[in-house]
Amino acid sequence: MGDVYKALADPTRRAILDELQDRGGQTLFELCARLAGKGFTSTRQAISQHLAVLSDAGLVVIRREGRYVFLDLDTSPLRQIYQRWRAGPCGSDT
Amino acid sequence: MRIGHLSIFVDDQDKALTFYTGVLGFTKKHEIPLGEHRWLTVVSPEEPDGVELVLEPDQHPAAATFKKALVTDGIPVTMFGVPDVAAEYERLTALGVIFTQEPLSVGGMTTAVFDDTCGNLIQIAAPQA
Repeated sequence: MGDVYKALADPTRRAILDELQDRGGQTLFELCARLAGKGFTSTRQAISQHLAVLSDAGLVVIRREGRYVFLDLDTSPLRQIYQRWRAGPCGSDT
Repeated sequence: MRIGHLSIFVDDQDKALTFYTGVLGFTKKHEIPLGEHRWLTVVSPEEPDGVELVLEPDQHPAAATFKKALVTDGIPVTMFGVPDVAAEYERLTALGVIFTQEPLSVGGMTTAVFDDTCGNLIQIAAPQA
């Protein structure tokens, strides 16, 4: 499993997560169109590399369905961040 | 110079003719036997003398590799204009057409992408309402 913090440290990667939150099950084509529409100038190849980092961190699921590949957001790796610094009294934490 | 024809590689000309006429609503323009295959073109009924779409056999080995790679990443091979993308999405979905991208408004355009059943993805587009 890759580093969630490193995966989140890049603005383009955060934008990818934003777009996948807006609609799941996107093709790479749709994601690239959305990012271009938001002013990102990354190439398709660069987006693919960002997706590999996000996939390693478990934040994006790359799902093959027949001849197509769809991208989905998975926010479950973010739970470790919340768990570590969750609000409230920290007496029970050691 | 003018653009007279655009070609699309299809895996089966009969299947392609059925889809492009029966489902999409284009009209057959030319069907000329040519060896193993046919010179097969369709036009839009809105522009019978407009650009002809050639339904070309994808027999060349490189064509299959090319098509597969585009489909994997959801990249359409060409784009058709429609007055209303959402309405066309509803109409085609009801006919069993599979979309890899539901209607999306970006950059002043609304687009959607569907599978032509012949190994290609096609984008439909309209200026954003």
